[in-house]
Amino acid sequence: MDLSAINPVLLIGAMIAAATPILLAATGELVAERAGVLNLGVEGMMIIGAVCGFIIAVNTGSPAFGFVAAAIGGAGLSLVFAFLTQATLANQVASGLGLTLFGLGLSALMGQTYVGIKPPSMGPGPFSALSDIPVFGRILFGHDALVYLGLLFVATVWATLKHTRAGLILRAVGENHDAAHALGYKVKRVRTLAILFGGACAGLGGAYISLIRVPQWTEGMTAGVGWIALALVVFASWKPWRVLLGAYLFGGITQLQLNLQGAGVAIPVEYLAMSPYVVTIVVLVFLSAEKSRAPGCLGRTFHASG
Amino acid sequence: MIRLEKRPEPSRTMSYATPLLAVLATMVFGGFLFAFLGKDPIEAIITIFWDPLFGEFAFFYRPQLLVKAAPLILIAVGLALGFKAGIWNIGAEGQYIVGAICGAGVGLAFYPLESWVIFPLMALAGAFGGWAWAMIPAFLRVKFGTNEILVSLMLVYVAEQLLASMALGAMRNPEGRGFPGSRNLSQYESAHNAELIAGTGMHWGVVAALISVIFAYVLLTRHRLGFAIRVTGEAPRAARFGGVNPGRLILFCLGLSGLLAGLAGMLEVSGPAGQITIDFNVGYGFTAIIVAFLGRLNPLGILFAGLLMALTYIGGDIAQSQLGLPAAAIQVFQGMLLFFLLALDLFTNYRLGFGREAAA
Repeated sequence: MDLSAINPVLLIGAMIAAATPILLAATGELVAERAGVLNLGVEGMMIIGAVCGFIIAVNTGSPAFGFVAAAIGGAGLSLVFAFLTQATLANQVASGLGLTLFGLGLSALMGQTYVGIKPPSMGPGPFSALSDIPVFGRILFGHDALVYLGLLFVATVWATLKHTRAGLILRAVGENHDAAHALGYKVKRVRTLAILFGGACAGLGGAYISLIRVPQWTEGMTAGVGWIALALVVFASWKPWRVLLGAYLFGGITQLQLNLQGAGVAIPVEYLAMSPYVVTIVVLVFLSAEKSRAPGCLGRTFHASG
Repeated sequence: MIRLEKRPEPSRTMSYATPLLAVLATMVFGGFLFAFLGKDPIEAIITIFWDPLFGEFAFFYRPQLLVKAAPLILIAVGLALGFKAGIWNIGAEGQYIVGAICGAGVGLAFYPLESWVIFPLMALAGAFGGWAWAMIPAFLRVKFGTNEILVSLMLVYVAEQLLASMALGAMRNPEGRGFPGSRNLSQYESAHNAELIAGTGMHWGVVAALISVIFAYVLLTRHRLGFAIRVTGEAPRAARFGGVNPGRLILFCLGLSGLLAGLAGMLEVSGPAGQITIDFNVGYGFTAIIVAFLGRLNPLGILFAGLLMALTYIGGDIAQSQLGLPAAAIQVFQGMLLFFLLALDLFTNYRLGFGREAAA
């Protein structure tokens, strides 16, 4: 084992990149959950985003188009969830699970002729000129645009939820849909929009994995990142800034165990690969002790005449 | 103007009709999907739903129906009890894997000793493994209030890594010339879950599945515990006032579903799969969720739903080899089935009202 093979600057840079898909997906899910919708289909929307982004990026040669397509793909699949839960009043847990199973199948079907292809590369990030500054330059400025977009999303979601009228309405719908309805807000419309936003974010996160992190297409490549994102929203007690913290923590663990595998630590690879999931469980246990404040109507179905 | 009216009571007719309507809708939309993939939709549907039962080679496929349906039914029956009470174990796949590892582990430990006690011991170990794996989310939920959905699912990924480690390490066949995977249990008589009646596909898993259906049916309709499960699902507060201990119910439902999933895993690995390999599990734990809903969370319904889902697996395999239909298309097909079921379920509790709402 040779731990000196791990360069701390590169490691931190890679941790930030590893955190980005989780961050994007979790931010989207946070918005949906604040509106009172529990969408367990994050994994499915991510993998659809991953495959849509990959296909479009390969065919157009532009990763940017790929990411747009990924957002549309993720939102498209979330529309199915919105229809099931908002129009036909189906159980949210079952619908979300269905979305994940369906998404995994559909993505495998769509991507079967794309296995083993290399996607076009992103090119240098927006601040790459500054990344030559020793140590901090690489960590702070050496990333691609999506990393900064993720940060921007968190800030925007935080500001919107806390300081705008739209955010207030969204939270009202999530806390008490009957009261929000009585005040004349369109509960279903707000929730549908929140679901779509969640889907688009998950799609972006998925495409980040297939276009930048890996970069390749393989079946089931999101490997539970969507579920970790879901856990992260609980971890964050439905607060955007804590999502950021959590994403970096989990991204860090994922990357660290990969680096430890590479450095040949005496722990078997499989046990290292388990670690992000085990840590997620441990963290969930610690956080469930403080009775965190979930949105009041999370997971409950709303029907006006009911 | 069309609007939704809540029915005073859920419609019994619709609750029986929705699974059938959902299957029909899936056939139609699945047909579109197959046509889009460049296959003849009618031929594909016939290949999937008709050929395994009545086609030229049906004598070969019919036994497979039982082999594939048994684990699905066994897992789904356990899941349905929990789902009814609002306890969401979605990590059955993990419990299935751990059950298989424990069961196979006991069998491999006795190799090459031949004795009739080995198989029952393996079954006990498998059931125990699944139970223990499910007790992790159950215990955490009861003790700390941790979300059982997320924990049980995370444990699937942990179990998959554990399986990989077993197949490549501790349980690897010492005479396997370095190939990953354990000894083949089907060549070890005392540990083999063989066909009970040759040529029927009837193995111990099928027996266990039938027993579990009867057990769950009696539990739900005739036993106090079944009543507690139903009340908790429909009115948790009323259940609590009625003296139901929610913690105990969680431990029971998660434990039982884990036990059945573990047993299914052990019976699969000692029978149809034969050995512990990295990917001997094929997602029955997840498909069983669809089976549970398709069967209306009712044990008898699950019996039929399991057979139907097994049919799509077998038909899918045939369509794959004969028509070149991709394997993933069947997964999409199964996902669609769940969607249609959930959407059509609306009409069990609601009906369409026409005209203006009567003045209240």
